[in-house]
Amino acid sequence: MGTYALPDASGHYGPYGGRFVAETLVPALEELEHAYQEAQRDPEFRAELHSELRQFVGRPNPLYHAGRLSRELGGAQIYLKREDLNHTGAHKINNAVGQALLARRMGKKRVIAETGAGQHGVATATVATRYGMECLVYMGEEDIQRQSSNVFRMRLLGAQVTAVSSGTRTLKDALNEALRDWVTNVESTFYVIGTVAGPHPYPVMVRDFHRVIGDEARAQCLELTGRLPDCLIACVGGGSNAIGLFYPFIEDRAVRMIGVEAGGLGLGTGQHAAPLTTGRPGVLHGNRTYLMEDEDGQILPTHSISAGLDYPGVGPEHAYLKDTGRAEYVAATDEEALAAFHRLCRTEGIIPALESAHALAHAFRLAPTMRSDQTIIVNLSGRGDKDIHTVAALEGIHL
Amino acid sequence: MSRLAGLFAQLRDAGRAALIPFMTAGDPSLTATVPLMHALVAAGADAIELGMPFSDPMADGPSIQRASERALARGVKLRMVLEWVREFRTTNSHTPVILMGYLNPVEAMGITSFAEAAATAGVDGVILVDLTPEEGRGEAVVLRQQGIDPIFLLAPTSGPERVATVRSMGSGFVYYVSLRGITGAAQADWAEVLERVQHLHRQLGLPVAIGFGIRDAATVARVATGADAVVVGSALVDQLAACATDQDAIAAATRFIEPLVQAVRSTERRGA
Repeated sequence: MGTYALPDASGHYGPYGGRFVAETLVPALEELEHAYQEAQRDPEFRAELHSELRQFVGRPNPLYHAGRLSRELGGAQIYLKREDLNHTGAHKINNAVGQALLARRMGKKRVIAETGAGQHGVATATVATRYGMECLVYMGEEDIQRQSSNVFRMRLLGAQVTAVSSGTRTLKDALNEALRDWVTNVESTFYVIGTVAGPHPYPVMVRDFHRVIGDEARAQCLELTGRLPDCLIACVGGGSNAIGLFYPFIEDRAVRMIGVEAGGLGLGTGQHAAPLTTGRPGVLHGNRTYLMEDEDGQILPTHSISAGLDYPGVGPEHAYLKDTGRAEYVAATDEEALAAFHRLCRTEGIIPALESAHALAHAFRLAPTMRSDQTIIVNLSGRGDKDIHTVAALEGIHL
Repeated sequence: MSRLAGLFAQLRDAGRAALIPFMTAGDPSLTATVPLMHALVAAGADAIELGMPFSDPMADGPSIQRASERALARGVKLRMVLEWVREFRTTNSHTPVILMGYLNPVEAMGITSFAEAAATAGVDGVILVDLTPEEGRGEAVVLRQQGIDPIFLLAPTSGPERVATVRSMGSGFVYYVSLRGITGAAQADWAEVLERVQHLHRQLGLPVAIGFGIRDAATVARVATGADAVVVGSALVDQLAACATDQDAIAAATRFIEPLVQAVRSTERRGA
């Protein structure tokens, strides 16, 4: 594949990505792209980001050898990249810190965000408070119900949470509403997008802020095992934790990269959120990528047990990696994710987020087919505290 | 000469702006769309902007969002929208029809199939809100090959190089978004808008329509002093949404648009 240097100057990954937005936003995206390029070149910005990641987020987090789990599975050694140990409990904070520092540098006093499971909303509310900015988070009505503890956390942190009642009342509609807010308040407001989707430069910027996951994992794996991993596995909703882990390994062709989408009630039922596995290319939320859409190009409702994966699109770089075959994409159902959730709790004493449990579910399928001297790195993108109400309710327990 | 070029030439001679109402196809009912188009023309509309419903209309405010949701719930598809235009054309061959929507449904049909079908149906112009000129070079060529004007948007935030891009790629007219916001939002600073549009008009060499935030006759009259066309959308869509029958909708549309027609017809277009 040679040297990987995507996106191109106009934000494309092959046919994917780009900038498909209302005219009002184009100058704002150009301004953001320019500010981001400048910040990247500024050693002071990089030093401050690095310091915040160490002091505030708690990086580096461990690459943990799940020895008991690996023995039980009887195959490859499983290593967990512990993004769940970050401040606020998920990988989302890496990007929120980066974008908030950029917002401050651009002189913006107000930040907005969309959120699904609430992790990105909590991360944005956290950094907004830390840097003294006003924060408004858009969240679908349905997600507000199933993630009530994160809603409360955002409010504790001083953010305003606005319920979105249009469309399917989930993440995609929260994104629409945040874009509408941004169009209206474009000069005062910085839109902190939480995933590697959206119009250029968001996919590349969010990837760059999350690549610390893969950079650390690569160095830690070399230190712990003396060689590169055989396989990387991460869950994919919009795909930010996955691209963060994958990106530093893209040119290491021997390292398999597998993204796990939400299989919901099963791919055959239509009740899932697996655009890469079942969808086709189209244009939504500012970029060309794989989408779940009907034959008329209307976006389909999605289903997943995990709010964070419940999205009909996916970052454009994943679309490109799928088409080129550099990464593989599979799905895990709600049921498989739940089983993996419980299994990790009981073998390793770690409660994973339901999103990350999808990645674990695939690792559990794959590990027994591999040798015990091979290694799999699973991105444990978040902790499961936010999901205990969902899991309890499924078992008929009301907390 | 295309219908749009003909209309703007005629209005330049008459010294006034065009009034272009927007309605979402398939709302408030499937059967109302074509009769509503005729009723708007009968009441004095100079062209019709017909919304192609999309599930995720990210540049639209609540009025048009809800209208799109209702239309999709009734089963509206892009081919039905084109069929309604064809039906409208069987008894109206002179009023320009502009389709407005988002890229994805058009792409699902295929831009070439869409352009051919739209040309056959009698569509004059197409506005795709999320297709910027940079991303839409291919689409613009395909539309123009079928005699359809690709209409691009400019906003208060657009700089000189974007104006130049739109000038090189657009035809028919340019749609100036009068405010930093979504459809149906609060009113703009009209003096500032009109000054900018006058400037744009000279740079572009194309007619300029102003839309977003225009809800009543007084505003129409104000905007009509400096625009080639005035687009009224959300306010009409709100009126139609409240109607229980097609007859009510036709009566409401007529009642709503008559004072706006009066406003453009009694206002002299200056500085064109």
